[in-house]
Amino acid sequence: MTSPGTEMVKIRGLSKSYAGREVLRGIDLDVAAGSVMCIIGPSGSGKSTLLSCINHLERIDAGQIWVAGELVGYREKNGLMYELPERQISRMRQRVGMVFQQFNLFPHMTALANIMEAPIQVKRVRQADARARGVELLERVGLAAKHAMFPAQLSGGEQQRVAIARALAMDPQLMLFDEPTSALDPELVGEVLAVMKDLARSGMTMVVVTHELAFAREVGDELTFMDAGMVVERGAPRQVLAAPQQRRTQDFLSRVL
Amino acid sequence: MPHAALSAGVDHAAHRVVPLRHPWIWVASAVVALVALAVLASVATNPAFQWPVVAEYMLDPQILVGLGRTLELTLIAMAIGLVLGTLLAMMRLSPNKLLSTVSWAYIWFFRSVPALVQLIFWYNFGALYPVIALKLPFGPTLFSASTNSLITPMFAALAGLGLAQAAYTAEVIRGGIASVPKGQARAAMALGMQPLTIFRRIVFPQAMRVIIPPVGNEVISMVKSTSLVSVIALAELLYTAQLIYARTYETIPLLIVASLWYLIIVSVLSVGQHFLERRYRAR
Ligand SMILES: Nc1ncnc2c1ncn2[C@@H]1O[C@H](COP(=O)(O)OP(=O)(O)O)[C@@H](O)[C@H]1O
Ligand SMILES: [Mg+2]
Repeated sequence: MTSPGTEMVKIRGLSKSYAGREVLRGIDLDVAAGSVMCIIGPSGSGKSTLLSCINHLERIDAGQIWVAGELVGYREKNGLMYELPERQISRMRQRVGMVFQQFNLFPHMTALANIMEAPIQVKRVRQADARARGVELLERVGLAAKHAMFPAQLSGGEQQRVAIARALAMDPQLMLFDEPTSALDPELVGEVLAVMKDLARSGMTMVVVTHELAFAREVGDELTFMDAGMVVERGAPRQVLAAPQQRRTQDFLSRVL
Repeated sequence: MPHAALSAGVDHAAHRVVPLRHPWIWVASAVVALVALAVLASVATNPAFQWPVVAEYMLDPQILVGLGRTLELTLIAMAIGLVLGTLLAMMRLSPNKLLSTVSWAYIWFFRSVPALVQLIFWYNFGALYPVIALKLPFGPTLFSASTNSLITPMFAALAGLGLAQAAYTAEVIRGGIASVPKGQARAAMALGMQPLTIFRRIVFPQAMRVIIPPVGNEVISMVKSTSLVSVIALAELLYTAQLIYARTYETIPLLIVASLWYLIIVSVLSVGQHFLERRYRAR
């Protein structure tokens, strides 16, 4: 277990290209255990790509990422980085929960089955135990009554709450949120943010890409502003939002506020 | 005043709507009904149809054996098509260039050559390779036999129908797998699931929804395609009917017997297909 204050995520010199175009350029970032890191920035600045690199859904081209002190996706030997076999990468991913903008619930399973699936298939948890835990998690996100519903029968806000419960079912040490409320109707944003706020209060380490500046201000311990694949500015959310130091941050904030 | 009527105390709710009448539809329907009646009457009364002969042969043991052969061919050829088709689809989607190219070439070839030609080709395979042997390249022979003893009409029929079916099925399965949004596999990966589990539990069940209805159609066309096999003298339904009328000269009634059986099988399968589609379209 990592004690508070130590780094849950440590990123050094991370670069990543798609077809020769660099979308992440030398990112350095630290997320303290138990803290909430919010990331803002214009569309296309590389926020989603950064999150995907943290659990190795995307390969990286240079740099290193550690989660809970463990190098992600590669094994270092004589200054070279050897990609790990799929089995070991999957094991690392079990400890990192991810929530997507488009929810990505499994449409052919009920809400409860969505939550039970990974514990049973990956951790070989017994059916009855997975069910009990699933019910408990649905209660936690306020959806106990909807356990038998299929994703298509749920509102966007409900789907996203099920998706959060699904990620929590693997007992992750770290949760990544990629614009979790961007696909929601405005009146449904609040219920999802409330669940996230609750999770933050329980001490979960979270990296949250979001456009909800009020959430960043209230819940975030740190705020990072990204532009064109680089970290432009970071600091305490109130400070960055109220008095941005960099020109590009000022421009961005003046556009979204 | 534009809204004068509003003030006059008229009961607007009491205005009824009269749909537009279509008198020509009635005329056309009457004509079609008359033609249909005339056809039915002629079919029923023209003695050349020889309905009593049809009735006599409907449950003839020889016909029933041929019918069984037709069902057997359909079943096995479809099974070959599904298994090989799944394999071809996975090869086609594989990042390995060699595998996907081989699969592409297979699909291209077997979809381009007509099934009838393929059947005759397999039937005459002995002319191409008189002896079939299993041997290591430049090494010893492990097994050897004359082609004509191996390639029976049944083998040629199954090869001709099944290998072509695999090419069609592969495309259907590939389309089904490709229809599952990429986010599904990503979400499963993020939960720590491994590729095989992701395919089995997440991607394939969703692909089935897209795959099942067209495969149902393929089964129905396969029933009809088996009649092609009559050209290589395999006694399925049509060839059995031909054998009988070659002897008795009751050509038309026996063709009707075969047609009625095809109608019955296809109708039964269509009902099943309807329920399958409804089940997989739900949700
Ligand atoms: N799979 C991909 N292939 C090619 N380019 C991609 C891919 N994913 C993202 N990109 C590009 O990388 C850049 C960063 O994208 P992304 O990380 O999604 O930005 P953000 O989440 O900040 O909007 C964009 O220019 C995008 O077009
Ligand atoms: Mg994004």
